[in-house]
Amino acid sequence: MPGKKRLAVWKLASCDGCQLSLLDLEDELLRIAGAFEIAYFVEASSATAEGPYDLSLVEGSIATAHQAARIREIRRESRLLVPIGACATAGGIQALRNFRDFGPFATAVYPRPEQLDALETSTPVAAHVPIDFELRGCPINKRQALEVLSALLAGRTPNVASHSVCIECKLRGTVCVMVARQLPCMGPVTHAGCGALCPAYGRGCYGCYGPMETPNTGSWSGWWQQRGMDEPDLRDVFRTFNAWAEAFREESERHGS
Amino acid sequence: MALRTVEVGYLARVEGEGSMRIVLRDGVLEEARFSIFEAPRFFESLLRGRKLDEAPDITARICGICPVAYQTSATQAMESALGIRLDDRLRALRRLMFCGEWIESHALHVFLLHAPDFLGYDDAIAMARDHREEVERGLKIKKIGNELIALLGGRAVHPINARVGGFHSAPHPRDLAPVRERLAWARDAALESVRWIGGFELPELERDYELVSLRHPERYPIDEGRLVSNRGLDIGADEFEAHFEEEQVPTSTAKHARRKGGGAYLVGPMARYSNNWDRLSPLGQQAAAEAGLGRVCRNPFQSIVVRAVEILYACEEALRLIDSYEPPEAPAVEAQPRAAVGFGWSEAPRGVLYHRYEVDVEGRIVSANIVPPTAQNQASIEEDLRELVLRNQHLDDEALRRLCEKAIRNYDPCISCATHFLRLEVERR
Repeated sequence: MPGKKRLAVWKLASCDGCQLSLLDLEDELLRIAGAFEIAYFVEASSATAEGPYDLSLVEGSIATAHQAARIREIRRESRLLVPIGACATAGGIQALRNFRDFGPFATAVYPRPEQLDALETSTPVAAHVPIDFELRGCPINKRQALEVLSALLAGRTPNVASHSVCIECKLRGTVCVMVARQLPCMGPVTHAGCGALCPAYGRGCYGCYGPMETPNTGSWSGWWQQRGMDEPDLRDVFRTFNAWAEAFREESERHGS
Repeated sequence: MALRTVEVGYLARVEGEGSMRIVLRDGVLEEARFSIFEAPRFFESLLRGRKLDEAPDITARICGICPVAYQTSATQAMESALGIRLDDRLRALRRLMFCGEWIESHALHVFLLHAPDFLGYDDAIAMARDHREEVERGLKIKKIGNELIALLGGRAVHPINARVGGFHSAPHPRDLAPVRERLAWARDAALESVRWIGGFELPELERDYELVSLRHPERYPIDEGRLVSNRGLDIGADEFEAHFEEEQVPTSTAKHARRKGGGAYLVGPMARYSNNWDRLSPLGQQAAAEAGLGRVCRNPFQSIVVRAVEILYACEEALRLIDSYEPPEAPAVEAQPRAAVGFGWSEAPRGVLYHRYEVDVEGRIVSANIVPPTAQNQASIEEDLRELVLRNQHLDDEALRRLCEKAIRNYDPCISCATHFLRLEVERR
């Protein structure tokens, strides 16, 4: 298929949810398949083709020695490399082990951890190889994935906002749950992309899109300290699906080990 | 408590990299192995010390394909620890959201992942060139399942509205009207699809499984029931670990589950259907009969037909729940933490999903045990392969490989496994 851009989709340590979000583009799926050569996407097809690829989307974190080697191969074969989702961009929920002593952490689950290929840390793709763009979220927003694919076809930079979830609430017309209901909401420090779902459903944002650009996490913590949130809770609220993202990691470490 | 492997049970990688290895020596089968190489993520460790109300959102991340099942099993386990039970209205809402997951997960597997095996294509995109109408119909059914989850849960993957005690917010009846209309279309489309899939030629295989599933006094099991089997099992969730055990095997990062004192067993659509045929709707029963299913299924290749019947049932059930929907008085039941052990389960699309948590008086998790369906089916997958290879030795390597992959996909073991990270080596010595 000369002329068509070659697309590859890879999976490392993850839940499959971000790849699934691509397959959830039901109305566009067959047209995407027409616009690209889907060269490597094992979740969707038995047919796989060798690189190089124009665009590699990578789901998942690097959590095994095998994956650490593999991401280097993927980088070599890819013109553009775009990690998608909280695992690939921040290490994912499995990066909680980075804060703990790995031995006991592993034996609590597997009686014989020596049989496993598992690194002591779970880290994002960018900690291993240079990347070209990234899509946040646990899971990603499929509309943003479509934007990345469209941008590639048009030869432009994807147009994805980097402001906070707060702005999305304002755009959506949702009343602030922090102000009106005193719910701890991470919207002020969290990267946009979800469309401010949680506040619209009456709960505080739990930060699944990770830190926004230059978040003022200290101010956020101070605000909730004054309202009685204790140190372990402050630590854990920053330590979920994007715990290893720098801004959240540093703020969590200010409140406990 | 001599068998500590149960205590440290970990999640099978329901998605990810698996391999298969068949070894025949002089026509004698030496090995038929299905291994999972998914990177371990240590969920049961990372849950320790977390607050009990975080369990639904954290465990949802085990599987992006069936997060509603994880959220349901987790919330129900925590509710049992807290000693609360939701009223009928809240339970109906939970079941309604779960119907959406059955529809999207089954449709994904049936139309995009498994049907190409039966019609001889590498993928649904290639299949769509010759069967465009059926693929588009399947995609639309899948989309409606996702829409139902997104309406009630905020988004289709890792929904945000479920919580211990119920929901963060409950919909107004008028919010359900648009999706009701779409579901009525999906029900008719699902019936068409059962007829289409009922026409597939199925490989021959009969196995004498222990069929394990939930069973509810009135309804086809989705969100609740007792665990039963065709061999006399009939237990509550707090008895699960007395009857089943998990063990670590060197070839897999997913532990294998077995019935204590027994062996391999089968969970998932075929077990549910066979144990609960009498709980299906009349339309579901009729469609199943027309598609060639008896009241009990023992050919694992029939699972694709059963999934299609379950899509039909889930559409009908969602319509029934919407039509009888009355908003709950409050979206959630509140409760104070206490030191306790809680047990919960539900029928994930791939089979029964068990959670157990020990929580302390502060409401923090002391220990967790999660047994997902694919861990329970691994032993049956290998037994199917053994039987299938013995019957089909005359096939060449390529045909045998395809047949074995198709057999593994009967279990919808995970998306990546189910599509082709399988490396089959056939060694003939």
